[in-house]
Amino acid sequence: MSDSIDTTAAQTADALPPPPKQGRLSTAWRELKKAPLSAKFGLLVIFGYVFVALFAPMLTPYGESEIVGPEFEPWGEGFVLGTDNLGRDMLTRLLYGARNTIGIAFVTTCLAFLIGGVAGILAAALSGWVDQVLSRLVDILMAIPALIFALLLLTIFGTSIPTLIVIIAVLDSTRVFRLARAVSLNVVVMDFVEAARLRGERITWITIREVLPNIMPPLVAEFGLRFCFVFLTIAALSFLGLGIQPPTADWGSMVRDNATLITYGDVTPLLPAGAIALLTVGVNFVVDWFLHKTSGLRE
Amino acid sequence: MSEQQKLERMLAQGKISRREFLTRMSALGLVAALPSLMSDSAFAAKPKKGGHFRLGLGHGSTTDSLDPGTFENAYSQTMGYGLRNNLTEVNADNQLIGELAESWEASPDAKTWTFKLRRGVEFHNGKIMDASDVVASVQHHRGEDSKSAAKAILESIVDLKADGKNTVEFSLKEGNADFPYIMSDYHIVVMPAKDGNVDWKSGVGTGAFALQSYEPGVSIKMKRNPNYWKQGRGHFDSAEMITIADVAARTNALTTGEVDAIDRLDIKTLHLLKRNKNINIIESSGNAHYTFAMLTDIAPFDNNHVRLALKWGLDREALLQTILRGHGYLGNDHPIGRANPYLAKDLPQRNLDPDKAKFHLKKAGLSKLTVDLSAADAAFGGAVDAAVLYKEHAAKANITINVVREPNDGYWSNVWLKKPWCAVYWGGRPTEDWMFSTAYAAGAPWNDSHWKHDRFNELLVLARAELDEAKRRAMYHEMQLICRDEGGVCVPLFNNYVEGLSKKVGHGKIAGNWTMDGLKALERWWFV
Amino acid sequence: MLNLVKVVAQRLALGLLVLFAVSMIIFLGVELLPGDLCQEIQGQGATKETVAACRKELGLDLPPVTRYVSWLGGVVQGDFGVSLANQREISELIGVRLSNTVFLALIAAVISVPLALILGLLAALYRNTIYDRMVNVVTLTSISTPEFFVAYILILFFSVKLGWFPSLSNVSPETEFWERVYRAILPATTLTLVVVAHMMRMTRASIINLLASPYIEMANLKGLPRSHVIVRHALPNAWAPIVNVIVINLAYLIVGVVVVEVVFVYPGLGQLIVDSVQKRDIPVVQACSLIFAATYVLLNLTADILSIVTNPRLLHPR
Repeated sequence: MSDSIDTTAAQTADALPPPPKQGRLSTAWRELKKAPLSAKFGLLVIFGYVFVALFAPMLTPYGESEIVGPEFEPWGEGFVLGTDNLGRDMLTRLLYGARNTIGIAFVTTCLAFLIGGVAGILAAALSGWVDQVLSRLVDILMAIPALIFALLLLTIFGTSIPTLIVIIAVLDSTRVFRLARAVSLNVVVMDFVEAARLRGERITWITIREVLPNIMPPLVAEFGLRFCFVFLTIAALSFLGLGIQPPTADWGSMVRDNATLITYGDVTPLLPAGAIALLTVGVNFVVDWFLHKTSGLRE
Repeated sequence: MSEQQKLERMLAQGKISRREFLTRMSALGLVAALPSLMSDSAFAAKPKKGGHFRLGLGHGSTTDSLDPGTFENAYSQTMGYGLRNNLTEVNADNQLIGELAESWEASPDAKTWTFKLRRGVEFHNGKIMDASDVVASVQHHRGEDSKSAAKAILESIVDLKADGKNTVEFSLKEGNADFPYIMSDYHIVVMPAKDGNVDWKSGVGTGAFALQSYEPGVSIKMKRNPNYWKQGRGHFDSAEMITIADVAARTNALTTGEVDAIDRLDIKTLHLLKRNKNINIIESSGNAHYTFAMLTDIAPFDNNHVRLALKWGLDREALLQTILRGHGYLGNDHPIGRANPYLAKDLPQRNLDPDKAKFHLKKAGLSKLTVDLSAADAAFGGAVDAAVLYKEHAAKANITINVVREPNDGYWSNVWLKKPWCAVYWGGRPTEDWMFSTAYAAGAPWNDSHWKHDRFNELLVLARAELDEAKRRAMYHEMQLICRDEGGVCVPLFNNYVEGLSKKVGHGKIAGNWTMDGLKALERWWFV
Repeated sequence: MLNLVKVVAQRLALGLLVLFAVSMIIFLGVELLPGDLCQEIQGQGATKETVAACRKELGLDLPPVTRYVSWLGGVVQGDFGVSLANQREISELIGVRLSNTVFLALIAAVISVPLALILGLLAALYRNTIYDRMVNVVTLTSISTPEFFVAYILILFFSVKLGWFPSLSNVSPETEFWERVYRAILPATTLTLVVVAHMMRMTRASIINLLASPYIEMANLKGLPRSHVIVRHALPNAWAPIVNVIVINLAYLIVGVVVVEVVFVYPGLGQLIVDSVQKRDIPVVQACSLIFAATYVLLNLTADILSIVTNPRLLHPR
């Protein structure tokens, strides 16, 4: 499930129109107004989440790990969404969860794209032995089931947030590498890149000015999904007992901690799960719109 | 009134001790009659034979085996007691009764113990059990190259030998009045011997059930031993134990009737499960307890005032309500529980007192204190939450606790006995001596506080060989007091075993010494 | 065609190299884990002497390199050794588990692949309609919900409330075929919900991608019905990426299902490898990892061959 959509993206790059050359920012607003309802909804969700993440301490009625009442209080006066298994306010935990979860997922995904993206473009641009070494290395890493690998590494290095971020990012970067390499390969053989080479431009210049703009759409699409998969990886890890340290609130662990309630028809664990799902849907609506725009399809 | 009835009456009135009762009964050669006499008479519902019993347990791993030396979880332990028997057995009233041993007696210095074996008991493969099997089964855990977890508790044996076909004699390093209790340990089950070595691979034993198939970490299937020697035990036609590690899955299996009983219920949602009319929830309090062990040879825990400050800084009542939701009882910083014979019931209960904690901090020359507490749910369910709560409580006494969540994986080898302060689980032991020698005696391998207390260690040896009831009681009370006020371990809670049974399952009085009716659910329960 | 054979041979040789590297990494990884089998198995009850005795008996006191080489020597001769924890033959231990895992993966694939293709085609056909949005929302929601939680919800409805399916999938070698299928339905459904979104979105995306191509516009201009254009003209050219994603998801169904196995108590390979990692039972971990790695390599190869076969431009490179 957490494997990439690299081939489509490669396909997307095939069909790419030349990159728009001017006025990106000024046209962005106009594009936004023309965007379909789903994309507007997606943007609204994303901005909402970012807002909550940034201002969590000002929005929450209690402290992040403060025990404010008895355990599993029902929804109502005082505790809008009830309390959790330790008597902490559920709403507070959810809002702080936004901050921690999105923060961790964002950093992890950026790191994964930095490692995987740079290596992938380099492999494509330099080809030869650099490509061979990097590609085989990634083959090997991908042949080990990600969850098992994460389990091994987390046990060796401990489960602090930085190690969690680095390990998930490295494992994820193999998927990004494959995508970045595949789409770059399609671009580096194009005429305008050849021309730049003949002009004697340096490899960094070519990469930044010619390759990068052309492979952005598939990478952005991948970013959207990867970002959401980080939550799931963390949730699966916390199922196996290696999640985020308490008392830090994060949605993946919150689903895990309260999951047994669902067997009795209590909807509380649906809240963090729903928070993850809503964000995934929102992000991917925006991604769909973006892909649609770059596919050159007028409808 | 027969001698036997007289003794029973005296026991019930407390005129004689359990130990005395047993000694006198065995003098009468009556130990064999005990199982039917002493257990479950109040639960007269007559057991019925038949049915296929399915038990879902939270433990069990694909790396388990039938070697009793490796038994470390409730799954293998319950399985072991189903397939095999011991020399002695602890019944539901926490009394020691004979199992494969008909009777036993000690030399006056309690150094030599002679067990008389029950005659004509058949293994599942038809072999008749005799003294050589018992010797080999005990030897399995001893010796240089033994990797058995029971090696340490058998350390006191100097020699054992078969005396004829039906007598086994143990010589001990020092007197131990509790030695027969050790023979009831779940590791020390009797297996058939061949050329002095036991055969554990076949799973053959003398137990109520014979092995059919075993897939470690998945399930074991057994069928009733038609020649089971024990009267009134082993009612199911066949039994199956399934490993269901996930608590929600286990609960679902019980509510949907996929299994007939499960262990380790989710306490947090127990109130919701109670609404289900087809399920009985059984609960027993025993000796299992949670601790926070401090290494007393490492600063700041080498200062008893620091330890006392930490012990006073914890709200045990809140912990009991939050972590166990009341399914347990408060600990008093010593490891002796309600299923032990000499619990000091009149020792005042310690609870949260920030002023006392501050007082002891001051005595230690500190105005505030910052310490790390390592915990993982591998220690006990809710250990991490408990540590977080501890942090909140101790803050009132100017103590800052940094909760360090350790990985579950490798907790017992990397954290326990290594980190200066960590959460620990103890299943408890049937006797005071066994518990104290295991985890509180100076130099014991599992002394998880590295605690050395001269008076305590002196008393430990004295009490062990003391046959006078009253003196022994006084000594054990003093030891609990020392442990509470000077020990290195904070014992906040004793947890109950909480299990869920389908209403179809019948049972007698539930034993508190271990989970699953003293790990003997397979042979003790029946379908109504 | 000769070209294709050469590619396959090359890839298989590389695959062997990957397997070798994986076995080294895993061995190193398990070695680096704190504690060893003896400490883990004895748990709280371990003492210095018993741990030492156990290590001696199992040969864990030998240096890691020696152990790795002797393990490798065995594997080359087709002998995976025995489990250190309980001395069972690994081939026997893994055989049953592997067939269980493959069985579950097959059932999940039989449900999810056609479903994803149909949903994806319809979404491409009716793109940007309410239907398209609904399918997207539903599949995205299911893909972004943790697996164990999807499983709990399914159990709540289908076994606790309705009683249609058992909540446990504890099959054993004696279980009848149809009983097996019946018990595998809920875990397979969980897996379906997890993988379907990915495949469906890929189908939709790669078809929409082609819709701007001149030949599709041509077909549209000829006045052919939209469904005809999509199924007969766009789909054949969209196969490569779709197949690729299907294969990746099939690999996931085999190597990535440990959580689902735990919730449904299904005796597959995932549970075995997690248990063995926890107990540091290296030979078992190694054998499982090799199976997983080989699955990945083979399926990847299949995907590449299929995309070459379906795309003449790749079959006959310039």
